[in-house]
Amino acid sequence: MFLWVIQRDLLLAMRQRSDILTTLFFFIIVVSLFPLGVGPEMNMLRAMAPGVVWVAALLASMLSLDRMFSSDNLDGTLEQMMLSPQPLFLLVLGKALAHWIVTGVPLVLMSPILGLQFDLQMDALIILGISLLLGTPVLSLIGAIGAALTLGLRGGGVLVSLLVLPLYIPVLIFGAGAVEAISAGLGASAHLSLLGAFLLASLVLAPWATAAALRVSTD
Amino acid sequence: MLKVTNLECIRGEISLFKDVNFSVEPGELLQVNGPNGSGKTSLLRMLCGLTAPASGEIFWFNNNIRSLGENYYNSIIYLGHLNGIKDNLNALENLQILSGLVGNRIEENKAYSILQKMGLNGREMIPIKSLSQGQRRRVTLARLLVSNTVLWILDEPLVALDASAVLLIKDILERHLKKGGMIVMTTHQDINISAIKIKRLQLN
Repeated sequence: MFLWVIQRDLLLAMRQRSDILTTLFFFIIVVSLFPLGVGPEMNMLRAMAPGVVWVAALLASMLSLDRMFSSDNLDGTLEQMMLSPQPLFLLVLGKALAHWIVTGVPLVLMSPILGLQFDLQMDALIILGISLLLGTPVLSLIGAIGAALTLGLRGGGVLVSLLVLPLYIPVLIFGAGAVEAISAGLGASAHLSLLGAFLLASLVLAPWATAAALRVSTD
Repeated sequence: MLKVTNLECIRGEISLFKDVNFSVEPGELLQVNGPNGSGKTSLLRMLCGLTAPASGEIFWFNNNIRSLGENYYNSIIYLGHLNGIKDNLNALENLQILSGLVGNRIEENKAYSILQKMGLNGREMIPIKSLSQGQRRRVTLARLLVSNTVLWILDEPLVALDASAVLLIKDILERHLKKGGMIVMTTHQDINISAIKIKRLQLN
């Protein structure tokens, strides 16, 4: 069932490619606006790069959150999935993973190229990629909780950002912190370990919380 | 056996029904009747465990469905008034994916032959959004032919279907009852299903 959900969501994403592209282009454009707006001052750009890329990643990942469950809820496929003999948290985990593959992975792949605009060094670019690789799944997992809680509410899109963005803060701090640390000549391993810990904790806890929220929202 | 005791439904502030009691034995059909807004859909959703009853219990072979959890879903299929199929996928994909999701994988050949039986010949590869309401309903109902569950919970299964499809569904339902299956359904249309025993529940 887990694999079916992922396969299904990826197939749907391929049929509706505009969804993937919107997220990716949003990310690219937001990140690219900063060097244009701030001007070509290399030191300043280098200093702000990690924060800018990470904030843009947070916003891009959030952009597609409200679609995670709402279209399935509207056409009744969500209730059919909830009637599956498999535990609901597996379904949620599958959907979060599919969301990550569709929205997170393109960001990770794109980030080194965008980092070049900020004159980041090779080691900083690599750490930026790794921190996004560890951090973006957390965004999808935490975002799933918010998407499930606001399912079927009017203005759910705004509400989900109010609910979810504060929860993204630790990921932002340690994700951007990892790149800053390596640029400053310190090791990034402490930050990355913490990001890894966030990932493991959210893998374990977020699907349960999302499943409970879905039960409440669809009642 | 499905047994329901003193079920009560409250939506918002309004009590839709209370003290509803019934049981459904193998081979039996329970037809839920009532005007619009009398709580038929709410009752069916309660039987699936999607909605929690305000009070009362639902038992499946003497086990409370709340304690059964996901295991209960090995025994039931619910087709609601939403079709539960994706507009961007075709009939074949919808049938295969939904069957896979409920733990009942089917091969492509079998999916083809089932869609053929449902009168969707040549429509297998067309995205659902280009199909008519009746054809969409047929795709949804095709899941009955795949399902090996005992209890079928059907909310207005005949909506949007033409006469030949209604006969087809009638035949599918009768065959299920003959095998010892159970059906709980709502419908505003008259179909004369032959079953060992047809129970009627009136909500008002």
